[in-house]
Amino acid sequence: MTLTQQIITIALCTAGTVLTRALPFLVFTPGKAVPPFVRHLGKALPVAVFGMLVVYCLKDVSVMTGNHGLPELFALDVTIGLHLWRRQMLLSIAAGTLCYMILVQFVF
Amino acid sequence: MKLKAFKAAFPYTIPIFAGFWFLGLTYGIYMNVLGFSFVYPMMMSLVIFGGSLEFVAAQMLLSAFAPLQTLLVALLIQARHLFYGISMLDIYNNTGWKKYYLIYGMCDESFSINYTVQVPDGVDKGWFMFFVTLLNQLYWVTGSTIGGLLGSLITFNTQGLEFVMTALFVVIFLEQWLKEKQNYTALFGVLSAVVCRLIFGSSSFIIPTMVCILFLCTVFRKPIEHAGEKE
Repeated sequence: MTLTQQIITIALCTAGTVLTRALPFLVFTPGKAVPPFVRHLGKALPVAVFGMLVVYCLKDVSVMTGNHGLPELFALDVTIGLHLWRRQMLLSIAAGTLCYMILVQFVF
Repeated sequence: MKLKAFKAAFPYTIPIFAGFWFLGLTYGIYMNVLGFSFVYPMMMSLVIFGGSLEFVAAQMLLSAFAPLQTLLVALLIQARHLFYGISMLDIYNNTGWKKYYLIYGMCDESFSINYTVQVPDGVDKGWFMFFVTLLNQLYWVTGSTIGGLLGSLITFNTQGLEFVMTALFVVIFLEQWLKEKQNYTALFGVLSAVVCRLIFGSSSFIIPTMVCILFLCTVFRKPIEHAGEKE
C-alpha cells in the first residue's frame, strides 16, 4: 500500500465511525419532532446495550475449557456484591479488577 | 463553571484511564511489532477513536488496498453507535457547539458515563460530558502513542487488567437495572447477546444481537412502555 492509500484507508475507517455516531442526529434534527417509536427506542435501548457490552467483554471466555471462566465468575460476584452493598462505582470496579488480576496471576 | 465540571467529571474517568492506557499500550505495541511508526497508532487513535476497529485497521493497512471493503467493515464494526445516538438525541442536542465533539467522541465508555451519570447540582451537564469525552480520548491517544514508541521494550505484569472494562460495564448495567422501572430490556440485551454469541461465534455476534434487541423492543413496545410508566 502506498502512503496515499494508507491515508485513504484510515480516512474511510474514520468516516465509517463518524457516520454511525452522527447518523441519528442528522436524521432527527432538533427542529423536527422525533417519532414516538424512536423516542421509545431511545429509552429502551441503553440498558439492553449495556447488557450487550458486558457480554461483549466476556465473549472470549470459554466455559468448557481452560479455567472454565471461574476467575471471571468470582470477579463478577465481587464487583456486583460490593456494588449492591456500597453503591460506590470506583470501589466496585477497583476491587473486582484487583480480584481478577490476583486470580489469573496467582491462582489459576 | 468549566473547572467545576472538570472536577466532577474526572473521578468517573479513572477506571477508563486504567482500561484505555492498558488497551492503548497494547494497541501501540501491536502496531510497533507490525512495523509501523508510532505516528500511526497516534494518528489513528486521534481520528478514528474506536478501539476494535483500529486493531482491524492495522491488518487492513498490511493488505491490498480495498476502499469499499474498508468502509463496509468500518460500518459493521461501529454499527452499535447508532443505538447510542438514538439514546443521546435530546441529551447532546442541548449542548451548543460542544454537541459536535460529543458526537464525534462518542465511544462505548463516554456514552455509558454520559448516559448514566446524574450530574450534581450546580455542575453544567454539557461541560461535564465534554470533559468525560475529552479525557477518555486523551487517555486512549496517549496510551497508544506510548505503546507505539516503546514497542516491545516494555514488559509489565498487568495480566488481567483488561477486566477493568468488564467491571465498568457491569457496574453501569447494574446502576441502570436498579434505576429502571422495568427490566425487560435489560434481559433482552443480555439474552440476545448470549444466544447470538453461542450461535454466531465471538467475532460476529454484535450485528445479530442488535437485530434481536431491536426486534424484541419493537414487539414488546406496549409492555415496556406500560411497565416504565408505573408508580
